Amino acid sequence: MGQLKESPSQTAGPYVHIGCVPNFAEVTGVYPADLGQVIVGDEAVGQRITIKGRVFDGAGAPLLDAMIEVWHADANGVYASQEGADPHVAGFGRVAGDQDTGVFEIATIKPGSIGDEHAPHLSLWIVARGINTGLHTRMYFAGDPLNAVDPVLLAAGDRANTLIAHPDDGGDFVFDIHLQGPAETVFLDM
Amino acid sequence: MSNTPFVPRDRGWHPPAFHEPYRSTHLRAPQQKLLKMPQSTSELSGPVFGHDLIGELDADLIHNFAASGEAAIGQRTIVHGRVLDENGRGVPNCLVEVWQANAGGRYRHKKEGYIAALDPNFGGCGRFITKEDGSYSFRTVKPGAYPWPNGPNDWRPAHIHFSLFGHAFAQRLITQMYFEGDPLIDLCPIVGSIPSREAVDRLIAPLDMKATVPMDARAYRFDIVLRGRDATLFEHEREGM
Repeated sequence: MGQLKESPSQTAGPYVHIGCVPNFAEVTGVYPADLGQVIVGDEAVGQRITIKGRVFDGAGAPLLDAMIEVWHADANGVYASQEGADPHVAGFGRVAGDQDTGVFEIATIKPGSIGDEHAPHLSLWIVARGINTGLHTRMYFAGDPLNAVDPVLLAAGDRANTLIAHPDDGGDFVFDIHLQGPAETVFLDM
Repeated sequence: MSNTPFVPRDRGWHPPAFHEPYRSTHLRAPQQKLLKMPQSTSELSGPVFGHDLIGELDADLIHNFAASGEAAIGQRTIVHGRVLDENGRGVPNCLVEVWQANAGGRYRHKKEGYIAALDPNFGGCGRFITKEDGSYSFRTVKPGAYPWPNGPNDWRPAHIHFSLFGHAFAQRLITQMYFEGDPLIDLCPIVGSIPSREAVDRLIAPLDMKATVPMDARAYRFDIVLRGRDATLFEHEREGM
Protein backbone atom coordinates (compact mmCIF):
# COMPACT_ATOMS: atom_id res chain seq x y z
CA MET A 1 0.00 0.00 0.00
CA GLY A 2 1.69 3.17 -1.17
CA GLN A 3 2.05 6.23 0.99
CA LEU A 4 0.14 9.08 -0.63
CA LYS A 5 0.53 12.77 0.12
CA GLU A 6 -2.36 14.78 1.54
CA SER A 7 -4.05 17.02 -1.03
CA PRO A 8 -2.58 20.49 -0.61
CA SER A 9 -4.82 23.02 1.10
CA GLN A 10 -6.15 26.09 -0.68
CA THR A 11 -7.86 29.11 0.82
CA ALA A 12 -11.60 28.86 1.48
CA GLY A 13 -11.84 32.27 -0.20
CA PRO A 14 -14.30 35.06 0.58
CA TYR A 15 -17.37 33.06 -0.43
CA VAL A 16 -16.98 30.04 1.85
CA HIS A 17 -20.48 30.78 3.14
CA ILE A 18 -22.04 29.76 -0.17
CA GLY A 19 -20.73 26.25 0.31
CA CYS A 20 -20.84 25.83 4.08
CA VAL A 21 -23.71 28.02 5.32
CA PRO A 22 -25.65 28.84 2.15
CA ASN A 23 -28.79 30.02 3.91
CA PHE A 24 -26.68 32.58 5.80
CA ALA A 25 -25.32 33.65 2.40
CA GLU A 26 -28.90 33.99 1.13
CA VAL A 27 -28.57 31.02 -1.20
CA THR A 28 -31.83 29.63 0.07
CA GLY A 29 -33.94 26.66 -0.86
CA VAL A 30 -31.08 24.25 -1.50
CA TYR A 31 -30.64 22.87 2.05
CA PRO A 32 -33.43 23.11 4.64
CA ALA A 33 -30.96 24.44 7.23
CA ASP A 34 -27.28 25.30 7.46
CA LEU A 35 -25.03 22.70 9.02
CA GLY A 36 -23.82 23.23 12.58
CA GLN A 37 -26.40 25.82 13.65
CA VAL A 38 -27.55 23.82 16.68
CA ILE A 39 -24.56 22.73 18.73
CA VAL A 40 -26.59 21.45 21.67
CA GLY A 41 -30.26 20.59 22.05
CA ASP A 42 -32.57 22.05 24.68
CA GLU A 43 -32.17 19.00 26.89
CA ALA A 44 -28.39 18.94 26.88
CA VAL A 45 -26.82 18.61 30.32
CA GLY A 46 -24.51 21.40 31.41
CA GLN A 47 -24.03 25.09 31.98
CA ARG A 48 -25.40 27.18 29.11
CA ILE A 49 -22.85 29.61 27.75
CA THR A 50 -22.56 32.16 24.99
CA ILE A 51 -19.19 33.02 23.51
CA LYS A 52 -18.71 36.21 21.55
CA GLY A 53 -15.69 37.35 19.64
CA ARG A 54 -14.11 38.64 16.49
CA VAL A 55 -11.20 37.61 14.32
CA PHE A 56 -8.72 40.47 13.76
CA ASP A 57 -6.14 40.92 11.03
CA GLY A 58 -2.71 42.44 11.46
CA ALA A 59 -4.04 45.97 11.00
CA GLY A 60 -6.56 45.49 13.80
CA ALA A 61 -9.54 45.25 11.47
CA PRO A 62 -12.14 42.55 12.17
CA LEU A 63 -12.57 39.93 9.44
CA LEU A 64 -16.03 40.10 7.90
CA ASP A 65 -15.70 36.94 5.83
CA ALA A 66 -14.39 34.37 8.32
CA MET A 67 -16.09 31.10 9.16
CA ILE A 68 -15.31 29.31 12.39
CA GLU A 69 -15.99 25.69 13.18
CA VAL A 70 -16.40 24.45 16.73
CA TRP A 71 -15.90 20.95 18.10
CA HIS A 72 -16.29 20.16 21.76
CA ALA A 73 -17.24 17.46 24.24
CA ASP A 74 -20.36 17.18 26.38
CA ALA A 75 -20.50 18.24 30.05
CA ASN A 76 -18.78 14.98 31.04
CA GLY A 77 -15.94 15.39 28.58
CA VAL A 78 -17.32 12.80 26.14
CA TYR A 79 -17.48 13.53 22.41
CA ALA A 80 -20.57 12.89 20.31
CA SER A 81 -18.94 10.00 18.44
CA GLN A 82 -18.00 8.21 21.68
CA GLU A 83 -19.97 5.78 23.77
CA GLY A 84 -21.94 7.29 26.62
CA ALA A 85 -22.10 10.75 25.07
CA ASP A 86 -25.01 13.06 25.87
CA PRO A 87 -27.40 12.43 22.94
CA HIS A 88 -28.40 16.10 23.01
CA VAL A 89 -24.89 17.38 22.36
CA ALA A 90 -23.78 17.44 18.72
CA GLY A 91 -20.68 19.32 19.75
CA PHE A 92 -20.14 20.55 16.22
CA GLY A 93 -20.98 24.08 15.20
CA ARG A 94 -20.37 26.59 12.47
CA VAL A 95 -20.50 30.32 12.98
CA ALA A 96 -19.94 33.14 10.56
CA GLY A 97 -19.04 36.61 11.69
CA ASP A 98 -21.63 39.32 11.26
CA GLN A 99 -21.08 40.72 7.77
CA ASP A 100 -20.86 44.32 9.06
CA THR A 101 -19.15 43.96 12.45
CA GLY A 102 -17.44 40.57 12.25
CA VAL A 103 -18.85 39.53 15.63
CA PHE A 104 -19.48 35.79 15.89
CA GLU A 105 -21.56 34.13 18.58
CA ILE A 106 -21.40 30.54 19.79
CA ALA A 107 -24.31 29.30 21.92
CA THR A 108 -23.59 26.00 23.63
CA ILE A 109 -22.78 24.37 26.97
CA LYS A 110 -19.50 24.41 28.84
CA PRO A 111 -17.79 21.10 28.05
CA GLY A 112 -16.21 18.93 30.71
CA SER A 113 -12.53 18.21 30.98
CA ILE A 114 -11.11 15.47 28.75
CA GLY A 115 -9.56 12.88 31.04
CA ASP A 116 -7.73 14.39 33.98
CA GLU A 117 -5.34 16.47 31.90
CA HIS A 118 -7.10 18.48 29.22
CA ALA A 119 -8.98 21.37 30.79
CA PRO A 120 -12.45 22.16 29.41
CA HIS A 121 -12.01 23.64 25.94
CA LEU A 122 -13.54 24.16 22.53
CA SER A 123 -11.53 23.21 19.47
CA LEU A 124 -11.84 25.91 16.82
CA TRP A 125 -10.96 25.94 13.12
CA ILE A 126 -10.82 29.25 11.25
CA VAL A 127 -11.01 29.77 7.50
CA ALA A 128 -11.28 32.93 5.39
CA ARG A 129 -9.86 34.66 2.35
CA GLY A 130 -6.11 35.01 2.83
CA ILE A 131 -5.85 31.95 5.11
CA ASN A 132 -4.14 29.31 2.98
CA THR A 133 -4.61 26.44 5.42
CA GLY A 134 -7.40 26.40 7.99
CA LEU A 135 -6.12 27.46 11.43
CA HIS A 136 -6.65 25.19 14.42
CA THR A 137 -6.77 26.64 17.91
CA ARG A 138 -8.46 26.03 21.26
CA MET A 139 -10.52 28.19 23.57
CA TYR A 140 -10.27 27.63 27.34
CA PHE A 141 -12.21 29.15 30.23
CA ALA A 142 -10.65 31.66 32.62
CA GLY A 143 -10.38 30.41 36.17
CA ASP A 144 -10.68 26.70 35.49
CA PRO A 145 -8.33 24.92 37.92
CA LEU A 146 -7.30 22.36 35.27
CA ASN A 147 -5.85 25.13 33.11
CA ALA A 148 -2.74 24.88 35.29
CA VAL A 149 -1.99 21.32 34.11
CA ASP A 150 -3.37 21.40 30.58
CA PRO A 151 -0.61 20.27 28.17
CA VAL A 152 -1.53 22.73 25.41
CA LEU A 153 -1.66 25.72 27.74
CA LEU A 154 1.63 24.64 29.32
CA ALA A 155 3.25 24.30 25.88
CA ALA A 156 1.94 27.73 24.90
CA GLY A 157 3.96 29.25 27.73
CA ASP A 158 3.70 33.03 28.00
CA ARG A 159 1.27 33.11 25.06
CA ALA A 160 -1.26 30.83 26.81
CA ASN A 161 -3.40 33.83 27.68
CA THR A 162 -4.33 34.14 23.97
CA LEU A 163 -6.28 30.87 24.36
CA ILE A 164 -8.38 31.88 27.35
CA ALA A 165 -11.88 33.36 27.21
CA HIS A 166 -12.98 35.75 29.95
CA PRO A 167 -16.54 36.47 31.07
CA ASP A 168 -17.89 39.96 30.42
CA ASP A 169 -20.22 41.87 32.75
CA GLY A 170 -23.25 40.07 31.36
CA GLY A 171 -21.73 36.64 31.92
CA ASP A 172 -20.97 35.92 28.25
CA PHE A 173 -17.49 34.70 27.44
CA VAL A 174 -15.40 36.89 25.16
CA PHE A 175 -12.81 35.29 22.89
CA ASP A 176 -11.10 37.37 20.23
CA ILE A 177 -8.74 35.76 17.75
CA HIS A 178 -5.75 37.72 16.47
CA LEU A 179 -4.10 36.50 13.27
CA GLN A 180 -1.02 38.70 13.75
CA GLY A 181 0.54 41.20 16.12
CA PRO A 182 1.62 41.25 19.76
CA ALA A 183 -1.57 39.44 20.83
CA GLU A 184 -1.37 36.83 18.04
CA THR A 185 -3.39 33.77 19.00
CA VAL A 186 -1.53 30.49 19.40
CA PHE A 187 -2.42 28.29 16.42
CA LEU A 188 -1.90 24.58 16.64
CA ASP A 189 -0.20 21.92 14.55
CA MET A 190 -1.37 18.52 15.64
CA MET B 1 -13.32 6.51 16.98
CA SER B 2 -9.76 5.27 16.58
CA ASN B 3 -7.06 6.37 19.01
CA THR B 4 -4.32 5.93 16.42
CA PRO B 5 -2.72 9.32 15.75
CA PHE B 6 -2.38 10.87 12.34
CA VAL B 7 0.93 11.33 10.61
CA PRO B 8 1.98 14.96 11.11
CA ARG B 9 0.95 17.37 8.37
CA ASP B 10 3.82 18.09 5.95
CA ARG B 11 3.80 21.88 6.23
CA GLY B 12 6.35 22.23 3.43
CA TRP B 13 3.94 20.55 1.02
CA HIS B 14 1.02 22.84 1.84
CA PRO B 15 1.11 26.54 0.97
CA PRO B 16 2.87 28.66 3.57
CA ALA B 17 0.62 31.07 5.47
CA PHE B 18 2.32 34.08 3.89
CA HIS B 19 2.64 34.23 0.10
CA GLU B 20 3.69 37.65 -1.14
CA PRO B 21 1.86 37.54 -4.51
CA TYR B 22 -1.44 36.66 -2.72
CA ARG B 23 -2.16 40.00 -1.09
CA SER B 24 -4.82 38.86 1.36
CA THR B 25 -2.20 36.82 3.20
CA HIS B 26 -0.23 39.95 4.14
CA LEU B 27 -2.40 40.86 7.11
CA ARG B 28 -3.88 37.44 7.73
CA ALA B 29 -0.94 35.06 7.84
CA PRO B 30 0.06 34.20 11.40
CA GLN B 31 3.64 35.30 12.02
CA GLN B 32 4.46 32.99 14.90
CA LYS B 33 5.22 29.34 14.35
CA LEU B 34 2.36 26.91 14.85
CA LEU B 35 2.53 25.20 18.23
CA LYS B 36 3.16 21.49 17.77
CA MET B 37 1.02 19.41 20.09
CA PRO B 38 0.25 15.74 20.57
CA GLN B 39 -3.14 14.56 19.31
CA SER B 40 -5.79 13.94 21.95
CA THR B 41 -9.40 12.84 21.75
CA SER B 42 -10.33 16.38 20.73
CA GLU B 43 -8.36 16.02 17.50
CA LEU B 44 -8.89 12.29 16.87
CA SER B 45 -12.68 12.53 17.04
CA GLY B 46 -14.96 14.52 14.78
CA PRO B 47 -18.59 15.04 13.86
CA VAL B 48 -20.37 12.19 12.11
CA PHE B 49 -22.91 12.94 9.40
CA GLY B 50 -25.45 10.43 8.16
CA HIS B 51 -26.65 9.86 4.63
CA ASP B 52 -30.04 11.16 5.72
CA LEU B 53 -28.51 14.66 5.72
CA ILE B 54 -28.29 14.60 1.94
CA GLY B 55 -31.30 15.73 -0.07
CA GLU B 56 -32.24 14.33 -3.44
CA LEU B 57 -30.74 17.19 -5.46
CA ASP B 58 -27.84 18.12 -3.16
CA ALA B 59 -25.27 16.61 -5.53
CA ASP B 60 -26.83 18.15 -8.63
CA LEU B 61 -25.87 21.80 -8.94
CA ILE B 62 -27.53 21.96 -12.35
CA HIS B 63 -30.92 21.58 -10.69
CA ASN B 64 -30.70 22.14 -6.93
CA PHE B 65 -31.34 25.90 -7.16
CA ALA B 66 -33.22 25.94 -10.46
CA ALA B 67 -36.90 26.62 -10.86
CA SER B 68 -39.01 23.58 -11.58
CA GLY B 69 -38.35 22.41 -15.12
CA GLU B 70 -35.38 24.76 -15.53
CA ALA B 71 -31.64 24.12 -15.41
CA ALA B 72 -28.44 26.08 -14.83
CA ILE B 73 -26.72 27.48 -17.89
CA GLY B 74 -23.27 26.16 -18.73
CA GLN B 75 -21.23 23.16 -19.78
CA ARG B 76 -22.81 20.13 -18.14
CA THR B 77 -20.06 18.46 -16.15
CA ILE B 78 -19.69 15.42 -13.92
CA VAL B 79 -16.98 15.52 -11.28
CA HIS B 80 -16.18 12.19 -9.69
CA GLY B 81 -13.39 10.41 -7.88
CA ARG B 82 -12.43 9.00 -4.52
CA VAL B 83 -11.56 10.39 -1.14
CA LEU B 84 -8.56 8.45 0.15
CA ASP B 85 -6.31 8.68 3.17
CA GLU B 86 -2.52 8.80 2.95
CA ASN B 87 -2.41 5.02 3.37
CA GLY B 88 -4.40 4.64 0.15
CA ARG B 89 -7.58 3.51 1.86
CA GLY B 90 -10.90 4.87 0.70
CA VAL B 91 -12.54 7.19 3.24
CA PRO B 92 -16.21 6.19 3.53
CA ASN B 93 -19.00 8.35 4.97
CA CYS B 94 -17.04 11.56 4.48
CA LEU B 95 -19.16 14.68 4.11
CA VAL B 96 -17.94 16.77 1.18
CA GLU B 97 -19.29 20.23 0.41
CA VAL B 98 -18.57 22.06 -2.85
CA TRP B 99 -19.14 25.61 -4.01
CA GLN B 100 -18.31 27.54 -7.14
CA ALA B 101 -19.03 30.46 -9.45
CA ASN B 102 -21.54 30.07 -12.26
CA ALA B 103 -20.61 29.45 -15.89
CA GLY B 104 -19.87 33.16 -16.33
CA GLY B 105 -17.54 33.33 -13.33
CA ARG B 106 -20.02 35.01 -10.98
CA TYR B 107 -20.72 33.90 -7.41
CA ARG B 108 -24.17 34.24 -5.90
CA HIS B 109 -22.98 36.38 -2.99
CA LYS B 110 -23.99 39.89 -1.98
CA LYS B 111 -20.39 41.00 -1.60
CA GLU B 112 -19.44 39.77 -5.08
CA GLY B 113 -18.91 42.70 -7.45
CA TYR B 114 -18.02 41.11 -10.78
CA ILE B 115 -20.15 42.42 -13.66
CA ALA B 116 -20.83 38.97 -15.14
CA ALA B 117 -24.50 38.03 -14.95
CA LEU B 118 -26.09 35.90 -12.28
CA ASP B 119 -27.83 32.79 -13.52
CA PRO B 120 -31.28 32.71 -11.89
CA ASN B 121 -31.12 28.93 -11.95
CA PHE B 122 -27.71 28.48 -10.34
CA GLY B 123 -26.99 28.70 -6.61
CA GLY B 124 -23.47 27.31 -6.56
CA CYS B 125 -23.43 24.86 -3.64
CA GLY B 126 -23.68 21.10 -3.36
CA ARG B 127 -22.84 18.28 -0.97
CA PHE B 128 -22.62 14.53 -0.75
CA ILE B 129 -21.27 11.75 1.46
CA THR B 130 -18.71 9.28 0.11
CA LYS B 131 -19.63 5.62 -0.38
CA GLU B 132 -17.98 2.65 1.32
CA ASP B 133 -14.98 2.75 -1.03
CA GLY B 134 -14.62 6.52 -0.70
CA SER B 135 -16.07 7.21 -4.13
CA TYR B 136 -18.29 10.14 -4.98
CA SER B 137 -19.86 11.87 -7.96
CA PHE B 138 -21.73 15.10 -8.50
CA ARG B 139 -23.09 17.06 -11.41
CA THR B 140 -22.63 20.73 -12.10
CA VAL B 141 -21.82 23.26 -14.80
CA LYS B 142 -18.20 24.15 -15.39
CA PRO B 143 -17.49 27.40 -13.51
CA GLY B 144 -16.13 30.37 -15.42
CA ALA B 145 -12.81 32.08 -14.78
CA TYR B 146 -13.09 35.52 -13.18
CA PRO B 147 -10.99 38.56 -12.35
CA TRP B 148 -10.30 39.43 -8.72
CA PRO B 149 -8.82 42.39 -6.88
CA ASN B 150 -5.27 41.32 -6.08
CA GLY B 151 -2.72 42.52 -8.61
CA PRO B 152 -3.75 44.93 -11.40
CA ASN B 153 -5.06 42.09 -13.61
CA ASP B 154 -5.36 38.77 -11.80
CA TRP B 155 -7.77 36.05 -12.92
CA ARG B 156 -8.73 32.92 -11.07
CA PRO B 157 -8.68 29.77 -13.18
CA ALA B 158 -11.97 27.89 -13.28
CA HIS B 159 -12.20 26.08 -9.96
CA ILE B 160 -14.50 24.30 -7.53
CA HIS B 161 -14.00 24.66 -3.77
CA PHE B 162 -14.06 21.40 -1.78
CA SER B 163 -14.57 21.12 1.98
CA LEU B 164 -13.93 17.69 3.52
CA PHE B 165 -14.49 16.39 7.04
CA GLY B 166 -12.85 12.96 7.08
CA HIS B 167 -13.46 11.21 10.40
CA ALA B 168 -11.51 13.45 12.77
CA PHE B 169 -11.21 17.17 13.41
CA ALA B 170 -7.47 16.86 12.64
CA GLN B 171 -8.33 15.79 9.07
CA ARG B 172 -10.40 18.85 8.26
CA LEU B 173 -9.42 20.21 4.84
CA ILE B 174 -10.56 22.84 2.38
CA THR B 175 -9.02 22.88 -1.06
CA GLN B 176 -9.81 23.72 -4.69
CA MET B 177 -10.09 21.66 -7.85
CA TYR B 178 -8.82 23.00 -11.18
CA PHE B 179 -9.52 21.80 -14.71
CA GLU B 180 -6.89 20.18 -16.91
CA GLY B 181 -5.53 22.44 -19.63
CA ASP B 182 -6.53 25.80 -18.12
CA PRO B 183 -3.74 28.29 -18.94
CA LEU B 184 -4.77 30.49 -15.98
CA ILE B 185 -3.62 27.84 -13.48
CA ASP B 186 0.03 28.77 -13.92
CA LEU B 187 -0.70 32.50 -13.60
CA CYS B 188 -2.75 32.34 -10.39
CA PRO B 189 -1.20 33.69 -7.15
CA ILE B 190 -3.41 31.39 -5.06
CA VAL B 191 -2.34 28.28 -6.97
CA GLY B 192 1.19 29.67 -6.83
CA SER B 193 1.11 29.63 -3.04
CA ILE B 194 1.58 25.84 -3.29
CA PRO B 195 5.35 25.25 -3.14
CA SER B 196 5.81 22.43 -5.68
CA ARG B 197 4.51 21.62 -9.14
CA GLU B 198 3.96 18.06 -7.95
CA ALA B 199 1.55 19.28 -5.29
CA VAL B 200 -0.25 21.64 -7.71
CA ASP B 201 -0.79 18.75 -10.12
CA ARG B 202 -2.72 16.95 -7.43
CA LEU B 203 -5.42 19.62 -7.64
CA ILE B 204 -5.79 19.51 -11.43
CA ALA B 205 -8.57 17.18 -12.53
CA PRO B 206 -8.06 15.49 -15.91
CA LEU B 207 -10.85 15.06 -18.44
CA ASP B 208 -12.20 11.53 -18.04
CA MET B 209 -13.79 10.47 -21.32
CA LYS B 210 -14.71 7.06 -19.90
CA ALA B 211 -17.06 8.66 -17.41
CA THR B 212 -18.69 11.11 -19.81
CA VAL B 213 -22.34 10.64 -20.60
CA PRO B 214 -22.70 10.77 -24.41
CA MET B 215 -24.83 13.66 -25.64
CA ASP B 216 -25.15 14.89 -22.03
CA ALA B 217 -22.13 15.72 -19.84
CA ARG B 218 -18.36 15.66 -19.84
CA ALA B 219 -16.58 14.21 -16.83
CA TYR B 220 -13.52 15.16 -14.80
CA ARG B 221 -11.78 12.88 -12.33
CA PHE B 222 -10.65 14.30 -8.99
CA ASP B 223 -9.20 12.16 -6.20
CA ILE B 224 -8.62 13.84 -2.85
CA VAL B 225 -6.29 12.61 -0.13
CA LEU B 226 -6.88 13.32 3.56
CA ARG B 227 -4.40 12.83 6.37
CA GLY B 228 -3.82 9.18 7.26
CA ARG B 229 -3.18 7.52 10.60
CA ASP B 230 0.25 6.17 11.44
CA ALA B 231 0.22 2.87 9.50
CA THR B 232 2.56 0.97 11.85
CA LEU B 233 0.38 1.83 14.83
CA PHE B 234 -2.72 1.07 12.82
CA GLU B 235 -1.58 -2.52 12.22
CA HIS B 236 -0.92 -2.99 15.93
CA GLU B 237 -4.36 -1.69 16.70
CA ARG B 238 -5.88 -4.24 14.33
CA GLU B 239 -4.07 -6.95 16.23
CA GLY B 240 -5.69 -5.71 19.40
CA MET B 241 -2.61 -4.20 20.98
